[in-house]
Amino acid sequence: MTLTLGHYLGMSAILFAIGLAGALTRRNAINVLMSIEIMFNAGILNLIAAWHFRYFESLTPQLFAVFAVTIAAAESALGLALVIAVYRHYRSVNVEEMTALRG
Amino acid sequence: MSDHAQHLQQLAAQQWLIPFFPLVAAAIQSLLPRSARRLSATLTILAMGMSCLLAARAFWATLPVGEQHDEVARAFFNFTWFRFGTTALEFGFILDPLTAGMALMVAFVGFWIFVNATGYMAEDENFTRFFCFLSLFAASMLGLVVANNLLLLFMCWELVGLCSYLLIGFWYFKPSAAAAMKKAFITTRVGDIGFFIGILMLYQHTGTLTLYNAEGTGALQQAGSLGQLAGWWGLSLAGTIALMLFIGAMGKSAQFPLHVWLPDAMEGPTPVSALIHAATMVAAGVFMVGRMFALFTANAGDWVMDFVMWIGCITALFSATIAVAQFDIKRVLAYSTCSQLGFMMMALGAGGLVAGQFHLLTHAFFKALLFLGSGCVIIGTHHEQDMRRMGGLRKYMPITFWCYLVGMLALAGVPPFAGFFSKDEILVATYHHNKLAWVLATAAAFLTAFYMTRQMFMVFGGTWRGGQHDAHGNETTGHDEHHGHAHHEPHEVSWNMWLPLVVLSVFAVFMGWLGTPWLAGNLFHHYLAPEMPAPEHANIVVVLSVVVGAAGILLGWLIYGRRPMQHAAEPDPLAGTLGGLFTVLNRKWYVDELYEATIVRATQALGTLFRAVDKLVVDGILHAIAWIWWGVSQLFRWIGDELIINGGFDAGCESVRGGGRLLARLQNGRVQTYLRVMALGAVVLVAIYFFR
Repeated sequence: MTLTLGHYLGMSAILFAIGLAGALTRRNAINVLMSIEIMFNAGILNLIAAWHFRYFESLTPQLFAVFAVTIAAAESALGLALVIAVYRHYRSVNVEEMTALRG
Repeated sequence: MSDHAQHLQQLAAQQWLIPFFPLVAAAIQSLLPRSARRLSATLTILAMGMSCLLAARAFWATLPVGEQHDEVARAFFNFTWFRFGTTALEFGFILDPLTAGMALMVAFVGFWIFVNATGYMAEDENFTRFFCFLSLFAASMLGLVVANNLLLLFMCWELVGLCSYLLIGFWYFKPSAAAAMKKAFITTRVGDIGFFIGILMLYQHTGTLTLYNAEGTGALQQAGSLGQLAGWWGLSLAGTIALMLFIGAMGKSAQFPLHVWLPDAMEGPTPVSALIHAATMVAAGVFMVGRMFALFTANAGDWVMDFVMWIGCITALFSATIAVAQFDIKRVLAYSTCSQLGFMMMALGAGGLVAGQFHLLTHAFFKALLFLGSGCVIIGTHHEQDMRRMGGLRKYMPITFWCYLVGMLALAGVPPFAGFFSKDEILVATYHHNKLAWVLATAAAFLTAFYMTRQMFMVFGGTWRGGQHDAHGNETTGHDEHHGHAHHEPHEVSWNMWLPLVVLSVFAVFMGWLGTPWLAGNLFHHYLAPEMPAPEHANIVVVLSVVVGAAGILLGWLIYGRRPMQHAAEPDPLAGTLGGLFTVLNRKWYVDELYEATIVRATQALGTLFRAVDKLVVDGILHAIAWIWWGVSQLFRWIGDELIINGGFDAGCESVRGGGRLLARLQNGRVQTYLRVMALGAVVLVAIYFFR
C-alpha cells in the first residue's frame, strides 16, 4: 500500500476530530489545552502533507510549519501560565467553573 | 573490504537496537496502571538485559583480531533523517571501541542497578513511574553513546538531563527534592548553552554534524583543518569549539564551578544516585569529551587542553576536601564522584584519552557498587542517612559490608583493585604533562583514601549508635520519615539488593587488570587507541600513589578506627583538630551561599529593578495619558453631553439596555459552549459549501 495524500488528510482529520472532541468535552483546563495542541498539529500535518506531495514548489509550507510549531510552543506556555493563574484564583482548573465573563 | 570490516558495518547499522529496547519498555510502562508493579520491573530488566546482550555482541566485534592491530575498528551507519530544502539532516550510529566499551558498561551496570532498585523501591507506591523513568534514562544514555551525529547526541544529552530532573525530584512532595531537581536542571542548562553554541559553530564551519562519514567529510574528520583556522581568544577554531563543548561537559559532569547540582541530586532515590553517578548523566560529559577528542587536540598550541586539565585538577582536589567533612553517607560518595570526575577530566586534558576513559569505566563499576551499598545500608537501618547514627553494621549486614569494603578499596586506589590501575594511569599521564597538577592530584588521591576510610569506620566499625537520641544540631539529614522504626536494629537486605553488589564487586576487583602496564602491555590501551603511543611508565608515580593511599587509610584508622565513636552526638574528632576549617569544609566552602549571594540575588535585583521601571515609567506614562484624556472628555461632557444629548436620548438608551440584557443570556461565560457553537457553525458552513 502506498501512502497517498488522502491518507495523510484522513489522519489529520482524525487527529482534528480527536482534538475537537477533547476540547469540547473535557473539564480539566489542561486537558483542553492538550486537545487544542492536537488540533494544532492536525493543521500542521495537512500543511506538510501537501508540501510532501508537491502541491507547492517553494519551501514556504515547511517554514510555515516550523513557525507554527514554534508558535504552538509559545501558545502552550502561555496557556499553562494562564491555567496556573486561574488555579491560584479559583483553586480549580475546571473550565465549567470559569464563568466570570458571564453576561 | 574484509569480512571483519563488513561484519562491523552490519553491526553498526544495528546499533540503534541498543537504546531501542529500554525506550520501548519506557513507552509501554508509561501506559501501565500503578498496580502493574511486577510487570513493570520485569519489562525494564528484560529490556536492559537485551541491550546488554546487544552491547556485548558489539563489544566482542570490536575486539582486535589478527593483523589489524594498529588501527581503530570503527564502523558507522548514516542515514538522512529529513531534508530541509537542499540541506539534509543526517543521523547516524557508530561502532568503535569507545562506544562499544561505554555501551556495554552502561547496559551492564544499569542492569544491576535496576535489579537493586526492585528491592529499594519495593515499598514505594509509584513503582511503575519510577521504572518508566529509569528505562527512559538508560535509553537516552545508550542513545547518546551510540550516536554518530552531534545533533542526535545533543538530543539524547538533553533527554538524559530531563530524566535526571524527573528522577532527582521523584519524591517531588519533599521541598528539598523539588529544589534539587530544579537546581540540577538549571545548572546543567548553563553548561548546555556553551554546548549548543559549540554545535552551531561546528555546523557553521563544517556544514555537517555527522562525526564520521565514508567520504571523510565528517565533523571530526575535518578537525585537522579547523585547527588551522583562527577562532576566538587566541584559540584555533577547533579549540574554540572544543572549549564551548567542554563548557557543556562541565555542567553535565559536575566540574567546578558548575558542580553544585551533583551533591543535591542525592535527594533522589538511591538507585537513581547510583545511575546518575556511575553509568549515566555525569559519565556523559567525560564520554563526550572523549568522543570529540579530535577537536581538543586539533591544534597543539591551544590552551583548551590545559584548561580541561586544570578544571579537572581543581575539581578533584576541591571536592575531595569537602568529602572529608560530610556526615551524610550519600553526600560523601557524591563529592567523591565529583572528585573522580575531576580526575578523568584532568587525564583527558593531559592528553590521556585512554586513562580518562578507563577510569570512567572502572569508576562506574565501583561507584555503582558503593552507591547501591549505601542504598542497602539506608534500607537496612530503616532510612537512616546520617553516618553518626550508624556504626557497627559489619555485624548486622555482613554481605553489604564485604562488598562495600571492596568498593572502598577500589576507590581508595589500593592495589590490586580496579581503581588503583585506572587512577595510576591518570597520574602517569598527568606526571608526564604537568608536575604541579600531578602533585595536586596525588594529594586528592590521599584525601580519597582518607575519607573513604573515615566512612568505613563510621558506618561499619564501632557499635550501633542508631537507637540513641540525637542532640546534635549540626546538619542533620531530614530523610528519616520512619521515626517509629528508628529504634529497631539494622538488618541485612534481601537477595535482590545484595546480589548486584556481589556481581559489581567481582568487577571492582578484577577489571583493573585490563589496563595494567604489566599484563600484555596494557590491553585496554591497545583496544581503545592503538594508534597512540602508550604513556611511558614512571615508577615514582606508582610508588607514591601506593604510599599516599596507604597513608590515607592509616590516618583514617588512627583518627576514626582506633577509638570508634561512642555516641551519635559526639563531635567529629577531626573537627577539634581542624577547627573552623572543618566547618568551612562541612558547608562545602560556602559555594552555594556564594551563588545565592551573587547570581540569585543579582537576578532578583534585576527583577525588582524592572518592576520599579514598570511601575514608575511605564505606568507613569499610561496614567499621564489617561489623565489628559479624562480632562478632555470632561470638557466635552460639559459642552455637549449635558446640554444637548441628555435631553431625549435616555429613553432610547433604556430600550437598548433591555435588548442587551436579553442577549447577554447567550454569554453564559462557558468557553466550551462558545466552542461548540463555533464548531457547529463550521459544520454548517462546510455543509453549505458542499450541498449548495
